[in-house]
Amino acid sequence: MASAQVYPASEPARWIYLDRIRTRPGPFTNPDIYSGEQVAAAMETMKILVIGAGGLGCELLKNLALSGFKDIHVIDMDTIDISNLNRQFLFRQADVGKSKAEVAARFVEKRVKGVKITPHNCRIQDFDEDFYMQFQLVVCGLDSIEARRWINATLINMVDEEVEDSYKPLIDGGTEGFKGQARVIFPTVTSCIECQLDMHAPRAAVPLCTLASIPRQPEHCVEWAHVIAWDQEKPFPELDKDDPEHITWLYQKALARAQEFNISGVTYSLTQGVVKNIIPAIAATNSVIAAACCNEALKIASNCAPFLGLPEENYMMYSGNDSVYTYTFKHEKKDDCPVCGQLARDLAVDPAWTLRELVESFAARPEAQLKKPSLRAEGKTLYMQSPPSLEAQTRPNLDKTLTELGLEAGQEIGVTDPAFATVLFKFKLKFKQ
Amino acid sequence: MLTTLTSENFDTTVDCLFGTHNSMTEIVMSQTPPILHGPSEKERKYDRQLRLWAASGQAALESANILLVNSGAGTVGAETLKNLVLPGIGRFAIYDEARVSEADLGVNFFLDDSCLGTSRAQSLTELILELNPDVQGSWYPNEDTKTLDSLLNDSPVFTIIMYTHPIRPEQLSRLEAYGQQHKTPLVAIHSAGFYSYFQINLPGAFPIVDTHPDETATTDLRLLNPWPELVAFAEELTKDIDGLDNFEHGHLPYVVILLYYLEQWKAAHDGNYPTAFKEKAEFRKIVQAAARTNNPEGGEENFEEAAAAVVKTVVRPSLPSGLKEVFEYEHTDPIEQRSGFWLIADAVKKFYEEHQCLPLPGKLPDMKAQSKVYIQLQGIYKAKARKDAAKILEIVQASPGGEHVNPAEVDLFCKNAAFVKLINATGGGATSSGAKISRADRLKAAADREFANDETAAFSLSPLSLLPIYLALQATAHVGLPTATATTTATTNPKAEAEAKQQEAAATADNNDNSGGFNADAILAAVAQAVPGAEKREGVVQAAHEVARAAGGELHNVAALTGGMVAQETIKIVTKQYIPADNTCVYDGIGGRVQVLRL
Repeated sequence: MASAQVYPASEPARWIYLDRIRTRPGPFTNPDIYSGEQVAAAMETMKILVIGAGGLGCELLKNLALSGFKDIHVIDMDTIDISNLNRQFLFRQADVGKSKAEVAARFVEKRVKGVKITPHNCRIQDFDEDFYMQFQLVVCGLDSIEARRWINATLINMVDEEVEDSYKPLIDGGTEGFKGQARVIFPTVTSCIECQLDMHAPRAAVPLCTLASIPRQPEHCVEWAHVIAWDQEKPFPELDKDDPEHITWLYQKALARAQEFNISGVTYSLTQGVVKNIIPAIAATNSVIAAACCNEALKIASNCAPFLGLPEENYMMYSGNDSVYTYTFKHEKKDDCPVCGQLARDLAVDPAWTLRELVESFAARPEAQLKKPSLRAEGKTLYMQSPPSLEAQTRPNLDKTLTELGLEAGQEIGVTDPAFATVLFKFKLKFKQ
Repeated sequence: MLTTLTSENFDTTVDCLFGTHNSMTEIVMSQTPPILHGPSEKERKYDRQLRLWAASGQAALESANILLVNSGAGTVGAETLKNLVLPGIGRFAIYDEARVSEADLGVNFFLDDSCLGTSRAQSLTELILELNPDVQGSWYPNEDTKTLDSLLNDSPVFTIIMYTHPIRPEQLSRLEAYGQQHKTPLVAIHSAGFYSYFQINLPGAFPIVDTHPDETATTDLRLLNPWPELVAFAEELTKDIDGLDNFEHGHLPYVVILLYYLEQWKAAHDGNYPTAFKEKAEFRKIVQAAARTNNPEGGEENFEEAAAAVVKTVVRPSLPSGLKEVFEYEHTDPIEQRSGFWLIADAVKKFYEEHQCLPLPGKLPDMKAQSKVYIQLQGIYKAKARKDAAKILEIVQASPGGEHVNPAEVDLFCKNAAFVKLINATGGGATSSGAKISRADRLKAAADREFANDETAAFSLSPLSLLPIYLALQATAHVGLPTATATTTATTNPKAEAEAKQQEAAATADNNDNSGGFNADAILAAVAQAVPGAEKREGVVQAAHEVARAAGGELHNVAALTGGMVAQETIKIVTKQYIPADNTCVYDGIGGRVQVLRL
């Protein structure tokens, strides 16, 4: 087995370690889908897309360049901030304020000879399907669930059963503190990001009345300053969460409120953390998760060893808080997934709710997480967020109860959200007793 | 320390934010207004990690001096250091005898074309130092310090030493001796192809107080053994519970609700609390039924919270297994025994024996309540926690050497007592009877255990053991080292050495040579020596072939992943926060998972 022929890449001495593995079968290699002779050449012409050039993205670019990929694109709309420097190792103090995608691409190109990295300093939504169609693999290192859902829906929408090239495997990583996960999605074949949405439930919001009248925690004081005091006093035309002056204003407001109620623990750092929803991040965890993602990318691109996704395990959970622990398992595809499934998903509602209550409930539901939903029922429009004329026309419905609107148990409703333009979320109403 | 900080309040504010648990802090907080200016440059740069290990952890990192003894393909060590330099360790040293070869450039990100033929230690040091101007680094061998021996003899004591396989046996012995002599933790790392492992060798029992348990696990309300102040507070609020208006009734904190109905329960059950599961279920129904429903909301959120909290908070205090291990630990080292941790642990043990409960942590979870009532209740828990901590401090100070113990350390221990953890309790092989088992025998015992588990893995739906990977890698722990002559010529003629290495690599590529120990039969023969019989197992044979396939070469991804894990563990050991792995962590890059084994 291991004594098989090595089929070197263009610079055999340089890539000897990689070639020993990717061009020679091992005991776990599936001979039916593997051809060692063609691997190096095939990988050199493959196009791979990295989404995000932040903590994970910097690692992804380095890892892919050193895994034998030669044509890499990277999308990131952000600029470099000083708080990135503790982990985003392609950036230096002098780079603060510059485009992440551009600085990262230039750095890796310079360090690893022969790799071409094309940066795109923009949003993923700025590209259409034609752009995404050119890649063979997509690897995500994002901090936003919304962006993940968008690319997931886009790649699934692109699948054409007749065209083999239309299937783009998606590899996604995420971290928080010492924990993280890596998952592999084969669009329409395996469980997708939308199927797994309830594993990443949004943080429960503090009720408005707690913020307004009975704060107990320092976070309540910060949220009060953020949600209520800012709106009342409008100290600056628009809140910029990255402007220290704005954060300082919120901090002082929160502190004064905390003192009024005898609550301790409001600090600048806490204020910033709550307002920006900061997730702790370190280089070590990004290193683990990005490498797990790129290891799968190498195996998928070369078939030199079994990869996650097919047919069994597709999700690796990692935790370093207490010892080191991984849980690698198969997340099942959901038939009622609004993106890759066929069936409408059950939606528990109270018939006595107003349509407004239903509309507002979508943001917090772990299985929906839609901030600006527009609703249609069979044959009629319930509420449209836009255009303004339609919004005005459907607004009176918001104060009617579901019963008054003639909605019945078992009825299907369709929901759209501007964040996921291609997706129609189908729900089936289930009335609470 | 965070040297750019000038405000004395920094520790205070950070500690409060990160939940580092110092009751003094809270007093200071409420008396002096916190600083109003924004964070310093350094706090901004390290913001995302300070939220994990706070200023105390950062200070520990910044005083760390880490040695990497690098060898083999050389990437996993560099990746580990990258992840430690970025968060700002104090200083590092790299000892690496190799010259940079072509093969290095295909796997190591901290080397480029201009480094070909130079000292790998020097080039790695220079490119890694670019990552963080706050960190200092040095490289060996150099003109003044030519051997590992002289480096170890002439340097200030290292905080932790990492070495990568393959390593020369005499260097390994030297490092192990150093580790014992200076009580320096050692981390062995081996990464080859899709496989890797690392093994932490701590110099003795390693206690951790600041283990960062999940928030949800830490609630300790003492509902079944309330103290007089808490009882009086609850009675005052509930003495006319039915006469309360809807607002007051709907804002009773759930702690007060539960205390009230527990008293009722006791009165109806011969003075006994609900303890069995069935009784608790019944009690929960009583609480649920007590909620008012004739109000506009048609229910009460605080009663819902109370009912939901029954199973977890209506509990008798018990001794968690981690702390039990601390209490039962038998000391072999008298110096260790007089350390702050052990003096406090002894005091907590005495406290526990006297009161049948641990010192109160004093943290009150958020719950629906009026601000003033909640703050009062919070104050009652805090006051009791302070009182318990003061008692512990008194016991500590009365013990020999106890007068030097820092009260803040006592506070931290009290707040985390239930989650204190002892790693490497058997000190690298000591059994409860005190006898040492050899490392070889421990490996055999682990193999018996793991292979027995594998027999039933199919039924229990658990994955197969990763021990075969460890065995196969371990079999090549000293295989593939450059010959002694090659290293001596290297210092005189770097270009020639680089060329020789290049040719060697190319030769391997041309004729697919797997000689020199990197063939499966040689690996299996070595496994048979370590664990007789293991070489016949299918999993071990497969692992041996996979290790032979790599022939000592690294895959960058596997090196990066392993470097990430080793950096996490190093941070945990240096900061004494979170819980390090005990003691060997094996990674399988084919199955995409990790297993920790105690070897």
